[in-house]
Amino acid sequence: MALEIYLDLFSQPCRSVYIFAKKNNIPFEFKKISLLEGQQYGEDFGKINMMRKAPAIRDGDFCLAESVAIMQYLAEKFQTPAHWYPSDLQQRARVNEYLSWQHMAIRMHGSKIFWLRLLIPKIMGVEVPQDKMDAALEDLNGSLKLVEDKFLQDRPFIAGEQVSLADLVAIVEIMQPVGSGLDVFESRPRLSAWRERVRVAVGTELFDEAHKDILAAQEMVKNLDASKMQVFKPKILKLFL
Amino acid sequence: MELYLDLHSQPCRSVYLLAKRTGIPFTFKPVDLSAGQQFGEDFGKVSVVRKVPAMKDGDFILTESVAILQYMVEKFPQLVPGHWYPSDLQRRALVNEFLSWQHTALRAHGSKVFWFRAVVTVVTGTAVPKEKMDSALEDLKQTMDLFQSKFLKDSSFIAGEEVSLADLVAIVEIMQPVGTGLDVFEGQPALSAWRERVKKVIGEELFDEAHQSIMNVDCLAKTFQDNGMLEFLKPRINKMFT
Repeated sequence: MALEIYLDLFSQPCRSVYIFAKKNNIPFEFKKISLLEGQQYGEDFGKINMMRKAPAIRDGDFCLAESVAIMQYLAEKFQTPAHWYPSDLQQRARVNEYLSWQHMAIRMHGSKIFWLRLLIPKIMGVEVPQDKMDAALEDLNGSLKLVEDKFLQDRPFIAGEQVSLADLVAIVEIMQPVGSGLDVFESRPRLSAWRERVRVAVGTELFDEAHKDILAAQEMVKNLDASKMQVFKPKILKLFL
Repeated sequence: MELYLDLHSQPCRSVYLLAKRTGIPFTFKPVDLSAGQQFGEDFGKVSVVRKVPAMKDGDFILTESVAILQYMVEKFPQLVPGHWYPSDLQRRALVNEFLSWQHTALRAHGSKVFWFRAVVTVVTGTAVPKEKMDSALEDLKQTMDLFQSKFLKDSSFIAGEEVSLADLVAIVEIMQPVGTGLDVFEGQPALSAWRERVKKVIGEELFDEAHQSIMNVDCLAKTFQDNGMLEFLKPRINKMFT
């Protein structure tokens, strides 16, 4: 059985896994999971990942969730070029440090902005209170500042001279608020330059293809049927409002 | 090697326990979170993120407990047995899967329950609204259930029959709400058995020593007050409600 990768390209961690697998010519079957349609709650997908989240892989009998773990697994199994997950002790530590930090920082803050700007107004039918929006933006700006000042500094990429899993995970998360119409790169020339380097390192065609859906999110959300998305209401109330 | 630690913090405990258990030589550099020392000038030179743990190995500074643990395993192969971070592809993947998942699950919910039960009332003078407390407890319960059904299943440890970084990180996070008097192990024989196995590998004495400060959180109230931290903590706590 071929390697199956369960993906929805609206999801940031799905994009990093997709880009990594395609860039490295890892053979896999793309199994589409539509998160906004709630397909992650289906019986079949539950057998792949009982946490009901994407991305997930099935490699023979072996199922694995969590994009960071998936990419570490694929890098090792398919012996991808060393720069993706360097073997040098300190360089690898730099990558691991970013991969750990990002969960409760840029991932959390970028996701929140996407929900607050696009999904919540659509599903709940109301705009998010300005003070909540401002607080979320402040958090995102704080995280972006750390990406620039701590993780990048004056290096071309997070781990040094070459692109790694850290840059890949970083870029897909930063593109999420961009998809909601917030151009975080506009006033950040250093970050923009880094984005272009990552885009070129990954392959501009692949990068753009992976981000096609998220960059069309504003239009897509407009056409969503809110009445079919009420299942997300309790989660929204709990997490964001 | 210098390790900047406050053992009230879960990720500090996992780093401390691995280093002590395996005999990695280090200097314990205390950072008193209850006195806001992470915001001081000295610590600022170590980490601009202003969080613990942090590691300084010569000129090399590293933050994030998961990264520090992985670094220590790699740097000291003669001290740290392979089972802590197995080289077998699938076993390592199981460890990595847990280490990734735990940030927004066990860690997030365990921390929140800790703050709600041990810190909030002390600082704000008012109880956490019942609805929010119940919600936080429910989240923790669901996360613990998932931990057992997906990560432990019927293995002795998360990655199989030997303890690893995953169990270490799991146990210190689970102990956080326990420190507030919430016995998450009660009525959970499988979970309790796992805890005993992990404690045994780490060493009971070392485990208890590392958890001493968190098991005495009644003192926190007075500590915050004595350190003049109440005004500083208030806006942070208000944010946790939003």
